[in-house]
Amino acid sequence: MTKLTLGPIAYHWSAETRRDFYARIADEAPVDEVYLGEVICSKRAPFHEADLPATIERLERAGKTVIVSSLAEVMLKRERKATADLAAMERPEIEVNNAAGLFERGARPHRIGPFMNAYNEATIRWMAGQGATHVCLPPEMPAEAIAAAAEAAGALGLGVEVQVFGRASLAVSARCYHARSHGRTKDNCQFVCEEDPDGMPLSTRDDTPILRVNGIQTQSESYVDLLPETARLIGDGVTHLRLMPQAADMVAVAAVFRQVLDGALEVAEADARLAALCEGTGLANGFYHGTAGYRRIAMAAPA
Amino acid sequence: MSLAELICPAGTPAALRTAVDAGADAVYCGFQDATNARNFPGLNFTPDELQDAVVYAHMRGAKVLLALNTYPPAGRVDLWREAADAGARIGVDAFIVADMGVADYIARTHPQVRLHLSVQAAASSPEAIRYYCDNFGVKRVVLPRILTIAEIRELRKEIPCEIETFIFGNHGLMVEGRCSLTNYLTGQSTNMDGVCSPASDVEYVRGADGSLSSQLAGFTIDRFGADEKAGYPTICKGRYAAPHRPEGYYAFEEPVSLNLSRLLPELIEAGVHAFKIEGRQRSKSYVRNVVAAFRAAVDDIRAGREANIADLVALTEGQKQTQGAFETKKWR
Repeated sequence: MTKLTLGPIAYHWSAETRRDFYARIADEAPVDEVYLGEVICSKRAPFHEADLPATIERLERAGKTVIVSSLAEVMLKRERKATADLAAMERPEIEVNNAAGLFERGARPHRIGPFMNAYNEATIRWMAGQGATHVCLPPEMPAEAIAAAAEAAGALGLGVEVQVFGRASLAVSARCYHARSHGRTKDNCQFVCEEDPDGMPLSTRDDTPILRVNGIQTQSESYVDLLPETARLIGDGVTHLRLMPQAADMVAVAAVFRQVLDGALEVAEADARLAALCEGTGLANGFYHGTAGYRRIAMAAPA
Repeated sequence: MSLAELICPAGTPAALRTAVDAGADAVYCGFQDATNARNFPGLNFTPDELQDAVVYAHMRGAKVLLALNTYPPAGRVDLWREAADAGARIGVDAFIVADMGVADYIARTHPQVRLHLSVQAAASSPEAIRYYCDNFGVKRVVLPRILTIAEIRELRKEIPCEIETFIFGNHGLMVEGRCSLTNYLTGQSTNMDGVCSPASDVEYVRGADGSLSSQLAGFTIDRFGADEKAGYPTICKGRYAAPHRPEGYYAFEEPVSLNLSRLLPELIEAGVHAFKIEGRQRSKSYVRNVVAAFRAAVDDIRAGREANIADLVALTEGQKQTQGAFETKKWR
């Protein structure tokens, strides 16, 4: 049975916003698994990590499987310590996003996050041999590669996850571009990223929206939308579909995907609802179709 | 004091011979396909050319490092395996790798060939580096360009392998091996295809007001006034507008080039084993000038003489340069 998951919040949402968000997810969102934890910026973690145990308890009580994700970039002492602490956890499950986490975790079971660059069957086989139980593929992978990776992972008994909704992570950097845009540096950022709960929009000099800045991360302007492709993903062996939290009604987004998975809603109708939920934000599936990520490729009519 | 090897770019057989003649301790190069991160038209080596290049370099005491530093997409891993097999047969001195599957294959199949961890693996902590050393026998790490010298000095004590750093050339802003910006706009992937802001997608478009837009796949990456020099549309060096910066600004970085020549003595003292010069896409004369200047500087420093840093600084003549993250945390 295909699982619907909610990825970790990429943005600097306040502790209160997060508490409200996860309370609603626990009560109302038809997702099976929820990833928590700070993945992007180690400076943000102190704002919300104290709530982590309560959030885990709340979500598990609602029947969700909880996984805590590790930082994508590990360089500073506090980032190394955060990674080591996470790797030492017995439960819940953890998702590793940096090789430092793999080193710390050793052969104990763990999931592989989308920042780990598990692009192919050889790498997935290696990771499975080192204790990986599940792999989330990089968002830029095309359909053929997803199918080949899923087949190999499935044969090894691993779960295979693909992001089907939300902004794609396009890059991370040591530099904070949020701070830079305000003439600050990462060390004196004053957490200005909190002002942009869905990322800071960048547009070209001829006014075309192009990218979003989220601290050290650069994201796609458009939301990935693989709703029309879910049947093929599942047919190709993908076991988990990931929704990334955006500043949209995520409960409603999850409900649309759930209804399609349950066969309770036609894809065309579902996709129209999804577009309405995303208001002015473009939807894209170019990466999946092996073309520019920002593009929206119409599904071919059934043969 | 470290050996301070000079690792020089070779985009073509001619550039390789030029770099060796100018004093490179090692050259790095790739095959003409997606197995390396400079998969540009007109660049790189056929297996036969690489064979000749290895003979040429070895006769002159220089090493040849083969970059296999992209990430094979599932279903296409054989291309990388065949490249590794060819490299081993030809007798390259090391493979530069990023993908764990590729590293594992080489460690098992060609254990006699050294493995270097590419900057594309983005290993920036002692733990991440040790993961690759412990599991694949990596002998050298090419560090991401995000650490200060003080941090490199500390790192050196905690890892069992040699350190290579970039000192000169194009300066990418994103963590290498974690950037899909090019794929988002063009459909060609830096990680899977070895392509970054490809020339085939570049257009310069003149506006009615005399301005010039440099475009990538139809997106205006920057726009220049009639009196400005138009730059190449590399996505992370473009000018964009944010809501509070409507005039447009370099959101990621200005079009600058990395030049660490002033920091060379400190880097040697910090224990960096090898210095990498970027630029497999550059001309023979560029390679000759840059390699010769750095050769002289490194030899001076190792002999305890004052190096003529002015020559190195002049290499980026007319271009803005930066010491990037290496000098101060304020870069971040």
